[in-house]
Amino acid sequence: MAHEEKKLKLYSYWRSSCSCRIRIALNLKGLEYQYIPVNLLKGEQFTSEFQMVNPIGYVPVLVDGEIIVSDSLAIFMYLEEKYPQHPLLPSDLQKKAINFQAANIVCSSIQPLQNLAVLKYIEEKVSPDEKIPWAKLHIEKGFEALEKLLKDHAGRYATGDEVFMADLFLAPQIHAGIKRFNVDMAKFPLLSRLNEAYSELPQFQNAMPENQPDAPSA
Amino acid sequence: MAAKDGREVSSKLVLYSFWQSSCAWRVRFALNLKGLSYEYKAVDLTKGEQFTPEFEKLNPLHFVPVLVDGDIVVSDSFAILMYLEEKYPQRALLPADPQRKALNLQAASIVSSSIQPLHMMSILKYLEEKIGPQERFLFGQTNIEKGFFALEKLLKDLAGKYATGDEVSMADVFIAPQIAISAERFKIDMVKLSLCIIGLYFSFVGYDLSHLIPL
Repeated sequence: MAHEEKKLKLYSYWRSSCSCRIRIALNLKGLEYQYIPVNLLKGEQFTSEFQMVNPIGYVPVLVDGEIIVSDSLAIFMYLEEKYPQHPLLPSDLQKKAINFQAANIVCSSIQPLQNLAVLKYIEEKVSPDEKIPWAKLHIEKGFEALEKLLKDHAGRYATGDEVFMADLFLAPQIHAGIKRFNVDMAKFPLLSRLNEAYSELPQFQNAMPENQPDAPSA
Repeated sequence: MAAKDGREVSSKLVLYSFWQSSCAWRVRFALNLKGLSYEYKAVDLTKGEQFTPEFEKLNPLHFVPVLVDGDIVVSDSFAILMYLEEKYPQRALLPADPQRKALNLQAASIVSSSIQPLHMMSILKYLEEKIGPQERFLFGQTNIEKGFFALEKLLKDLAGKYATGDEVSMADVFIAPQIAISAERFKIDMVKLSLCIIGLYFSFVGYDLSHLIPL
């Protein structure tokens, strides 16, 4: 019997919140994919094999036949267009804009300030004790912004009663904030409520770091 | 024309902007490319004008740029650009081809997530306080160079006169302001980068760089 190769491949690292966003998207759209782990701590992003897929060395990377897409935002937009089932952007322009804004607060104002490279820098140049407070500061600043942004738009989920892009970007960031950086979620009632809602969705939970094939066993 | 909340709404686009903000610059660039006229409303970030009650109503996050289009208020340069791209599809900034579209978005993301956030005033101030004034400059420079080298890799097979071919696209909208402020504020040695990024930079200021092609 011929081995049926899955058409979609995702290069991912279990703990990468950027990869998590896409894992959620793939789950919601019912898309099967081959999970290819890239261990960032061991420097596997610098191997010649991975460099051929993404010379910049970031995860996630999606391979869809001949098409290779890197960067979670670019991958998200690609999936949304190529696989329109379970749309992850509302059609209303104002609501769509709020989704982009929320996603961008995570992608630009929070995650880049607490990724591996920056944390390593803070650890080396400032002090190892400064690492977590630094990350916590920026996450909490971003979470405050998100609470304000979403306050008049949230329903059951971030921008209404359906799951959209904002939720995909929020969930992994909230997860990281809680599990890795001791963020005090009591200060963020809306995000706490959203996190509860995400915990009830298998498509979100199956995408979480601890449930990935390359997560270290407990 | 009255908006839903009773505000007087102009039928023209209004852009709240600060002259030095590279994020606002991206939007000004796109508005110009699409031939969209707009009213420019200055928000002086150095004077704290982003904290006035009027601006707070528009954007409780106190960032520029903010675009007002009738009833619709959009903040965040990426969200604004995607809004403009959909509402005013003339002079499309994103190509239809999925691979090229993805590469444009990736380039935009490199600028807006991997470069610009790491040289924001607040970050640099912190580094100056915790480590020293020299570090502030070094950190900005290092991350800009890292991001530019990533862009060089990304665009090397794609760039023509501009980032992704011979027409200005979304990637250029993000890259051009980043190059301009990097060269000015962080004294990035543009010659270190290959012809790709230099060519883009000088395209925007109207120079011909063919005499610099290495032998």
